Formats: sequence, C-alpha cells, structure tokens
Amino acid sequence: MNDMPEARVSDSASWFLSTARERIAGLLDHGSFMEFLPPTERVQSPHLALFDLPVAFDDGVIVGRGRLAGRDVLIAAQEGQFMGGTFAEVSGAKLLGLIRAARDNDKLPRAILLLLDSGGVRLQEANAGELAVAEVMRAIMEARMAGVAVIALVGGRAGAFGGAGLTAATCSRIAISEQGRTGVSGPEVIETNKGVEEFDSKDKALVWSVTGGRNRRLIGGADAYAEDTVSGFREAASSLIDRAPTFDLATLQAEQQRLSARVERFANCSTAAEMWRVLGITAPQSIRDMNDAAFVKIVADVKEASHDGR
Amino acid sequence: MTVADILAGLFPGGHDVAERPDHLILGSGRRENGGTVSIIGIDDGEPLGISGVLPLAERVLDVIAAGGNIPILVIVDTQGQRMARHDEMLGLNEYLAHLAKCLRLASHEGHPTVGLNYGKAAAGAFLATALATDVLFAMPGAEPAVMDLPSMARVTKLPEEKLKELSQTTPVFAPGLRSMIEVGAVAGSWDPAKPLSQQFEAALAAITKQDLRDMTGARRGGRKLAATIAGRVAAAAIG
Amino acid sequence: MDNLKLSYATRTPAAGDRQSVLVGVVASGNLEVLFERKLAPHECVVEIATPIHGYDEVWKAVVEDFVERVSPGGLYISINDGGARPDIVALRLMQGVKTMEVNHE
Repeated sequence: MNDMPEARVSDSASWFLSTARERIAGLLDHGSFMEFLPPTERVQSPHLALFDLPVAFDDGVIVGRGRLAGRDVLIAAQEGQFMGGTFAEVSGAKLLGLIRAARDNDKLPRAILLLLDSGGVRLQEANAGELAVAEVMRAIMEARMAGVAVIALVGGRAGAFGGAGLTAATCSRIAISEQGRTGVSGPEVIETNKGVEEFDSKDKALVWSVTGGRNRRLIGGADAYAEDTVSGFREAASSLIDRAPTFDLATLQAEQQRLSARVERFANCSTAAEMWRVLGITAPQSIRDMNDAAFVKIVADVKEASHDGR
Repeated sequence: MTVADILAGLFPGGHDVAERPDHLILGSGRRENGGTVSIIGIDDGEPLGISGVLPLAERVLDVIAAGGNIPILVIVDTQGQRMARHDEMLGLNEYLAHLAKCLRLASHEGHPTVGLNYGKAAAGAFLATALATDVLFAMPGAEPAVMDLPSMARVTKLPEEKLKELSQTTPVFAPGLRSMIEVGAVAGSWDPAKPLSQQFEAALAAITKQDLRDMTGARRGGRKLAATIAGRVAAAAIG
Repeated sequence: MDNLKLSYATRTPAAGDRQSVLVGVVASGNLEVLFERKLAPHECVVEIATPIHGYDEVWKAVVEDFVERVSPGGLYISINDGGARPDIVALRLMQGVKTMEVNHE
C-alpha cells in the first residue's frame, strides 16, 4: 500500500508544535500506521496553481488506519501549517472517503480519530470546501448512527474554526488541550467585521479565555482535556472512544437542553471568568495559571463539563 | 420575491408562518394532498446566532418526537453566523452543529428535509441550515456564498479585480448561485413563473437516501475530483 | 510558480531500502520534500516547484552540493517549496535521505 516510514516521535513531544504526520506517528502504536492515498500518489489540489500557490502532495490531509493502544482505528489528520489546514476539494474528499468507508463497512474499525487543525474553508476553493464540510458533517452523523465513535482531537496551531469548529461539534466526543482553540468566527474575523470593541484579537488573554481549551472544557464544549503532548492526546482519545454517545433523539434532546441551559446560566456573563464563577469556581482568575493536573481536578467538580448530550 | 410570496406560492392551501421580531421562520404549511409541512428558517439576511438556533432546533426535535413522516422545509436568507464575542464564548460551533444534527436525525427518522435559499446564505449558518438538508434548491436571485469577493480579497491578499477575473474561470471559488449549482451544493433553482407547490412536491419525491452532492458536482463539472477521491480513499480503506 | 527539474548521475546508489518518505511541510519559510526510490541506481532527479521567482541558480547550487555530498542514486526527489531559505532546503534534503537510509524492521 505504501511505505511512508514513521520517525519515532516521543511521548512528550508537543502536540501544538508537531506536524500532522508527527502527531499520527506519535499517537498510534509504532509501525501500525498505514496511509491511504499517500503523497507518492500526488493527490493534490488542481486549483492552487491559479493563485500561484504551492501544492502539497497530500493536500494537507493524511488518512489511514492503525492501532491506538492496541485498538484498531481509522485516522485522519489535517496539517494546520499548510493553507491553515483548510477544507478544500481534495482535502475534504479524503476525509469524506474515510468516514463513509467506516459508515458502510462494519468490518472496518468502529472508531475514527479526527486530528483537526483547521481555520475552516480554503477560500481559494471556497465553494468546494464549504460543501466538503457539509458532506463530512453528514457522513460523521451517518457513521455515528451506524455505531462508529468519531473522536475529534483539537490542539493544533490552526485550532478548529469555521467549518472545522462545526465538524468538531458534530463528532461523538471532543478532546482539547489548553492550546487548542475552537469556535466559528475567529477573533480576527470578528474584529475586522465588528470592530475592536466587540473583540480585540490582539488581547491574547481574552482570546485564550473565549476560544481556548480550558474554557471549552469547563462549559462542556469539549469532553476531555489533554495535556499538550502526544501521550496526553493518546490517553484522552482512548478514554473517549468507549464513552461515545449514540446519535439518537434522546441524545439530541439532551443536547438541546444542555445548550439552552447554558444560554440561561451565562446570560449575564460578559467574560469567561464570570462564567467560570457561575460554574462554582471560587477563584476563576487562577484557572489561567494553574497546571494541567490542578485544572483536571477542578473540572471533575464542574457538573456542566461532562455530559452525554452531543 | 419576499418570504411571504414564496410561502404563498408553496402552500396555496395556507400556512401559519407569521413575521417575528427575531426574523426566525417557524410554522407549518398545508400540502395540496392535505398533509402538513413543518417550516423553519431565517429571514431578512439575519445572522444566525445561539438565540436563533435553539427555537429552530427545538421545532425539529418536536417534529421527530411527534413521529409520523411530515417533511421539513428549511427556508433561509442569512448573511452568515452571528459574529459576536458572547456567542463565541458560549460555543457557537456547538449550537450550529446541533441544528445540523437535528435536521439529519429528522431525515433519518423519516422526515424528508428540503432546503430553500432565497436571499443570502453564507458560511457557518449555511452549514447549519440549508446545507444540512436532504436536498437544497434556490430561488433565482439567491446569493449563496462562502464569502463575498471584497472580503476574500482581504484574506487572500489578492486584488479584487484578479479575483473577479478568476471567478469567471472556476466555480470552485466564485461566489453565487451558478457556482453552487455547478459544484453540486444546490440541486437547482425553482422557476417563480410556475407553481412553487408543484416544484416542492417534485423535490420531495426525488429525495435519495444517499448524499449524492459529490457525484452531482462531478457530473456538472464544477467539482471534478471530489467524488473520485472520496471513492479511492474508501476503496483503499476496505482494502 | 517556477518549476525546475535537475538530473544527475551519481557515484553510488542511496543507502537503505525505504521506498519513499516525505519530510517537512509546505508553509511559509518551509518546504516539503518527497523521496522516492524509483530510478536506476546511478540516477537522481530533483524536481522543484516554488512560488518564489528567479532563484534557479540558488536551487541548483544547493541541490548540486547535496548530490555531491550524499550521492543519492536511484532517488526521485520532489520539492514543494513555501519560500524556504537555502539552509532549510539543505536540512530537509539531508533529513529525508537519512530517513531513506533506515532499513525496514
């Protein structure tokens, strides 16, 4: 099938700083990864040349299968450094093919790991990219209905915004690190469109508190908190696969209730710290500076953080 | 055409959609065969935020919970997701995805979903509504787009003139209805000179269980590679 | 885009039996390099696609130096450049050829 060797990636390597290939190599059991349509096949964008932009031999998405701590999984990873990890005609179709394969064949692994690292849709291929997101979201839901656990891992440089933010929230479960960021419109986009009073994208602490992994985990926008390492994400992913909610009416009714309750509880909050206080955290200012272990302890006491409404 | 004209054309037997201050569309219409259609949507180009998602999703869940097989019409004119710090802080991505999930579950539970874009439709709001249906049509003059050319010029750092010129050669990125039809996102446009009710019924009758948008895009030439590549990956996965 | 294709005769074949490897990513100031063992043992081809115009001579110098040093016979080397400096290019070439040297377990 392929012969893409894996360099050894240490367990303590930073997820944020690693490339998509390094993340896969480090996450999966050594030597277990088999790539579909590897770079030697040159499955790349035919559209970037129009814009005088370089292509990548994998169009920034790697798909394949392997083993996660001994368990067979399908896996896909976006390369956030290439075109912001964006959904485009080819990169999107690679994700789509993988998820549909799991949906249609119960002989394939019943878990898919999506290593999202994406600013959303690739504007140079905007229509194809947007539609690819819609197709991927639909395929994820259909796969879930067929009994596949689809786990999103968010901790890369590009985060998971726009269509990638929606894709993450369509999955059975989401793991996120402190550096992981997710949402729909990025802070820069909001500032550009609505002004700096609405969202000051240069205010790092503000951006962190609104879109960052700790806020998402506390309010239940992510289901596991991972240390920013390869082994951190391996543990988080492994723990989530067996806790995937079924995709049915009861689950979506629970999600409706959960999201409605969130609006009501935080209606008067204008900052994330105010939300955290409402959640019962007595010293919300300390969230930013505490270490991962201390944060995980805090999360364990927050009722809203863990749920099956997804 | 206004939403009132469109609904009157779709449901000559009557509907109960009333204008709302939040610009949401919620109601039901009577089919010519006597059946009911549940109608949800967003009007006036209003951006879709968390406050808009919840009533729409709740309606879809109610339709599913009630059982039966009444169709759901999703009718949209929205400039995109609401861009606000508060919405992002609360996790707008979860809200928008939730609506898309409710619509997909409705289809799965036997409620066919038809999207109709009659004004703008963009970005995350498009994904949560019209693009989450079984089949999507548009009225002539609809302006579906991921992003307008001036914004695109800003982000890509290319001159708008250059983008305009390129948009003539490829539907893959050019904003507008024609492109969205060519890539397979929009099945087609409805003819306002003919009865909309019949076109709606024809759309319902033609719904397939499978997502054929990649095949459609390939056939129409607007998205030549996606279907083949998705198929190749699936074939490799099956081994 | 500037496209450049350079061919060389090498003294010896490249070591190892890996069939292919990809190193680097296409990003600003970076590049990806795909190595494929698919030529005759004493041939080497280096293909370059770059959005930065007018640097053919620099590319030739960096690649020639690399070919001279490691004699990558049999390798077809394809580069997608994101505007990398010559030292990064040299680094990626060495990184890739080293990985190709690692034999299968």
